[in-house]
Amino acid sequence: MASEFATLALEDGAVFYGRAFGAPVDGYGEVCFNTSMTGYQEILTDPSYAGQMICMTAPQIGNTGVNALDMESRRAWAGGFIVREICPSPSNFRSTASLDSFLKKWGVPGIAGIDTRALTKRLRDFGAKRGVLLRGKVAHDLAAKRARSSPAYVGVDWISKVSTPKAYTWDKPLESGVPGVKPSEFKPANGGNSARLKVVTLDCGVKYNSLRNLVSHGAKVTVVPARTTAAEILAAKPDGVFISNGPGDPNAVPYLVETVRRLIAAKVPLFGICMGHQMLTLALGGRMAKLKFGHRGGNQPVRDESTKKVEITSQNHGFATVKDSFTKDKDVVLSHWGLNDQVVEGLRHKRHALFSVQYHPEASPGPHDANYLFGRFVRMMQTKKPLALK
Amino acid sequence: MPKRHDIKKIMIIGAGPIIIGQACEFDYSGTQACKALKEEGYQVVLVNSNPATIMTDPDFADRTYIEPVTWQVCERIIAKERPDALLPTVGGQTALNTAMELARRGILKKYNVRMIGANESAIRKAEDRELFKRAMIKIGLEVPRSGTAKTMKQALAIAAKIGFPVILRPAFTLGGTGGGIAYNMVEFKAKAAYALQMSPVSQVLLEESALGWKEYELEVMRDCKDNVVIVCSIENFDAMGVHTGDSITVAPAQTLTDREYQLMRDASLAIIREIGVDTGGSNIQFGVNPKDGRLIVIEMNPRVSRSSALASKATGFPIAKIAAKLAVGYTLDELKNDITKSTPASFEPALDYVVVKVPRFTFEKFPEADATLNTQMKSVGEAMAIGRNFQEAFQKALRSLETGRSGWESALPKGPKPSLSEIRAKLVTPNAERAFYIKDAMQAGLSDAEIHRLTFVDPWFLARLREILDFEKVIKRGLDRETLKAAKKLGFSDRQLGLLTGMKESEVRVKRVGLGLRPAFLQVDTCAGEFKASTPYLYSSYEESSDSPPTSKKKIMILGGGPNRIGQGIEFDYCCVHAAFALREDGFEVIMVNCNPETVSTDYDTSDRLYFEPLTYEDVSAIVDREKPWGIIVQFGGQTPLKLAGPLHAARAPIIGTSPDSIDIAEDRKRFGALLEKLKIPSPASGTARSLGDARRVAAGIGYPVMVRPSYVLGGRAMEVVHDQKQLDLFFAEAARVSPDHPVLLDKYLEDAIEVDVDCVSDGREGMVAGIMEHIEEAGIHSGDSACVIPPYTLREDQLEAIKSATLRMAKELKVVGLMNVQYAVKAERVYVLEVNPRASRTVPFVSKATGIAWAKVAARAMAGKSLRAQGLDPRKDYWRTRHFSVKEAVFPFNKFPGADTVLGPEMKSTGEVMGISRDLGIAFAKSQLGANLKFPLKGRAFFSVKNKDKRQGILVAKELSRLGFKIIATQGTAHALQSRGIAVETVQKVHQARPNILDEIHSGSVDLIINTPAGKGALSDDFQIRRAALQHGITCITTLSAAAETVNAIASMKDRPIEVMALQDYHKTRAL
Repeated sequence: MASEFATLALEDGAVFYGRAFGAPVDGYGEVCFNTSMTGYQEILTDPSYAGQMICMTAPQIGNTGVNALDMESRRAWAGGFIVREICPSPSNFRSTASLDSFLKKWGVPGIAGIDTRALTKRLRDFGAKRGVLLRGKVAHDLAAKRARSSPAYVGVDWISKVSTPKAYTWDKPLESGVPGVKPSEFKPANGGNSARLKVVTLDCGVKYNSLRNLVSHGAKVTVVPARTTAAEILAAKPDGVFISNGPGDPNAVPYLVETVRRLIAAKVPLFGICMGHQMLTLALGGRMAKLKFGHRGGNQPVRDESTKKVEITSQNHGFATVKDSFTKDKDVVLSHWGLNDQVVEGLRHKRHALFSVQYHPEASPGPHDANYLFGRFVRMMQTKKPLALK
Repeated sequence: MPKRHDIKKIMIIGAGPIIIGQACEFDYSGTQACKALKEEGYQVVLVNSNPATIMTDPDFADRTYIEPVTWQVCERIIAKERPDALLPTVGGQTALNTAMELARRGILKKYNVRMIGANESAIRKAEDRELFKRAMIKIGLEVPRSGTAKTMKQALAIAAKIGFPVILRPAFTLGGTGGGIAYNMVEFKAKAAYALQMSPVSQVLLEESALGWKEYELEVMRDCKDNVVIVCSIENFDAMGVHTGDSITVAPAQTLTDREYQLMRDASLAIIREIGVDTGGSNIQFGVNPKDGRLIVIEMNPRVSRSSALASKATGFPIAKIAAKLAVGYTLDELKNDITKSTPASFEPALDYVVVKVPRFTFEKFPEADATLNTQMKSVGEAMAIGRNFQEAFQKALRSLETGRSGWESALPKGPKPSLSEIRAKLVTPNAERAFYIKDAMQAGLSDAEIHRLTFVDPWFLARLREILDFEKVIKRGLDRETLKAAKKLGFSDRQLGLLTGMKESEVRVKRVGLGLRPAFLQVDTCAGEFKASTPYLYSSYEESSDSPPTSKKKIMILGGGPNRIGQGIEFDYCCVHAAFALREDGFEVIMVNCNPETVSTDYDTSDRLYFEPLTYEDVSAIVDREKPWGIIVQFGGQTPLKLAGPLHAARAPIIGTSPDSIDIAEDRKRFGALLEKLKIPSPASGTARSLGDARRVAAGIGYPVMVRPSYVLGGRAMEVVHDQKQLDLFFAEAARVSPDHPVLLDKYLEDAIEVDVDCVSDGREGMVAGIMEHIEEAGIHSGDSACVIPPYTLREDQLEAIKSATLRMAKELKVVGLMNVQYAVKAERVYVLEVNPRASRTVPFVSKATGIAWAKVAARAMAGKSLRAQGLDPRKDYWRTRHFSVKEAVFPFNKFPGADTVLGPEMKSTGEVMGISRDLGIAFAKSQLGANLKFPLKGRAFFSVKNKDKRQGILVAKELSRLGFKIIATQGTAHALQSRGIAVETVQKVHQARPNILDEIHSGSVDLIINTPAGKGALSDDFQIRRAALQHGITCITTLSAAAETVNAIASMKDRPIEVMALQDYHKTRAL
């Protein structure tokens, strides 16, 4: 199917030639790799990938097509999609279209037929790189030059580009019988609908599955744009605020850090994931640093220090909390650690009702091991107290 | 949590002999477990009756008992060794069942032995169909509609409720033995009776058929802190209805969305927790309705399994090793990922390749058996291949099978195209060749939709296969660089490309290499490249860049044996592994090449560098080109690598050990005949024939009976003794079909000769005999199928000397460096050479265990240049003259092949072997019988039916049995003969005489021992029916008089005293093994 040439070039001069698929446009972004073996549609529609071109390490992609239920947001966001082989003929009972047509629809260019393992090892050894995905067979030097002159990824506010333009409410729970926890585990807090907990979700690039999880755990969910002020949020008198995941450089969105700082001061219970975790880190006085090549995949082991149990998590982050950076606030507890490379994966506070994780408890794609965190959030909202953990 | 200190000594139960459904994957897992526990400082006590295993090497346990794996024997070992704990989960179903029996009888309690890994209640919950079903319903999972029957009446009632088709699954059986699918009541009644019979607890689960649903397996690991990971997902190419051991399987799952995969993952976590497997690995099987995604749980194995071995090799995650460490208290996050060496074991492997496993069948050995695939496993081995897409892995796996396929071909590449109706029939009924018939179906114009309707193979797989087929058209237009490269990425072999373009394989190769197209070698790294991996576990793919560049060390490359099959199994893997161990100890870098996922050789721990690759010339030479080894060993992996010796040598690859020319001399009848003549060593008269006329003339010249066989034989395939020209004519047609390019050989068949197997080793200057084995069955029964004894028990000194002398002279003449095996027949004072194999033989592990010397290691070192003397051996010494007797007995798969005859002949049929050791020959023989899972009656009724020729010796046997208290029964002819010698005999009716007849007696359970030497062959004879009935009821049935005589001796010994157990370390106190 993919017969036209395409060229992938990195800023360090590496050039890969393959075949084009997806949208017939050029793409650019930070090139990163994801080791998930399932869930390419969820990855493509995860707003956190805005500004990035994703290389899937699994070699045959598109096998199950796409469908409406596996959308994690309103559209696909990735700047480009890099695979070894794209499947022209999907097979799954839920499939309604091919991945190729899906990418065409959302304007995402793709390249297939390159040595994705070589690319992955390069990113691993030399770090994440800016890159361009060009139509046609572009000469090596020219392609590399285009990559070097492509727009920056770091230092850019990507969140504003993906966050909802206006507030909305969300009432869909997890699909019954489909992922996650058993129905018996989501006992509505405060018993029944009338007393549902009011959760405002600060949308930095939220995935639908977070919203579904909140609803299934008994929350009444309102989603607000990232630029909503703390005062506006607090005016809604929420039981808690959920700060979502989102794309890009945490150091490029000071307005969000400020909002979070005010929310902390207002003592409203907070739960942050991914970008939300990074905002809490910065609001609590910590620092964020860019990782060499990030964690992206569905097999990342994380230990919860309160239970000493290991959970296999879904991750997508290129920045991480600097572990010794909370010099002013001794009450910040680093609660979760990545076991592959000892990266901070979560924090909580001894005096404030807040906690966050760097990874994705909403999964989708990925394992549901960390789903218990939504339950923790519910309990925190009920008690309005810091988590009482070891 | 650190390891437990409250236990010091741990007993491990091994899986016993290789049988269908339980092969060398349990040596792999057991060896890993032994190593892991010893590494942690625990004392390991091991019991396993299989001498061909690595785990029974005395280095792997502190106390190694090569004894029958029965609860009675285990109790004796427990009483003697007093272990603190028992690990029942690494020895397959045999170990699990034995452990449960020890628990049920209160033996574990009596000796205060704790089960670790899985406890009694968890095992029961997982294994008992009814308990399992209830547990699944409790946690909200769906299971097929079903019921458990203990009687035929219950079975009929349940079947009526479920409706047809019904699946039958007997409880506590191996590889689904006795299971099946029934489509109507008539079929159901027969199959239900058989299933109840096969289940040791007489219990069968009857189940709603999910025939045609997608089938998946997940490998789950749990530690004592309730951390759980999924190591691997496996998707079956063949839909539900074909046993997963007989299915082509693919890892990771290819056609699941994340939503469906996570649903399965969640279910797996819930299941392992509900069943209560405390620590270790489990395998969980699911069915998925392709129409709506409905998920049902099929079954769970609360232990390591064939699939876990496959998953370990597919991912680089060593399940059994980790399971053993978890069993003694470690948690996953405390253990390291062996492959990366930098990340923890608490993770789920990410694959950036596709793995395909294909089963290997041997229906040609059992022509009477039903070759339909169903829920009872029938394959005897498997090959695994890794590629960067399904197509590449699939084609590599097919050429790994060594069934003559160069890839995905038509079902009958040489014959006429099958008709459309034949194709449809082959698609509807699962069979060993179905994947190939799919190609014929596509070529005949069937659409993917129709093929899916007939086979239930997922459309995704069919679409990928069609891509292969479509690309053949491009290939046929000519091989330019782009086409060749694209073809390689679809897994086409050079040979296959040659067949498509009318070129020779070598021409394709020259062209390909000329165009600069060589495979890349990529690492199985558990993490899809995310981390740098330090363990070089590699596979080839036509990718742009490689991992793990070769080192500059002095390397020796060992070629393994490929997929297990009858005639080439674990024994050869044992030799390869030993060679690897010895040469690593001596400082070489050892490179292993093999494609069998069940083996110890394909454990990345065994060698320095592991190439998981097909053993074809193309694939092996690519590795040779890359690694440039100092030496290549071809004589340890059986026929498979030996066949590569010629082409590799021609390409100037440095083969070490016996030269390819000597190998050719031994394989080539003419050259070998000349050698024997020169050395004046007698052999049976023989001749070669290339046509039927030829054969008739040669046979007449030699004189009947004549042994007929195709050249380059493997495991006695298609060999037969013919007694007249009529039989010869019939056979010649069949043998010629088997091997059209090779002539047929005819040998004088020496009736009633004693057969002797000899293994010898030479360093090129000096040779020595490692072992002389006297067969219990007479010559003519395939050596792999007959029981044998070390040291010989009836041969005279002068005969032994003649054997030694002939062996050493041949070894010298052939300039053997390494191992050589010779088979002799001793008749009328003369010693005849039957066959010479200038390679490691099936008996090397047995000889090693019997003599206490690791002969494969000795041979490997000899090949690397170390003399026998330098290794501390005295070539003049007969190490095989031991004070104890070692008996090897063969184990047969007849119960898996309803319809197959159990009579032995020159065609090898056994899948495995056991060993019995004792200072008393009778006890050693009895142990070998018990180890082979045969009932060994000490009293009761013995049925005699011997052919006329055997009557004289039969009388002696009957007399002795009678003296031992057996009641003798016989049909009229035999009864008369016995009565005339004063033996009290009860006469029974023949099969076709009045009722009740002998069959009724057997079915009603009133016969305890059968001695039946066959007068007739074939499915219609009385004998055949008697043997099948015996098999069905598990009654010991002996088909040769020599074995009967040994059995009688053994019964006498057993009556004298109870069975004693002794560790290998005590038999060989002074020997360094």
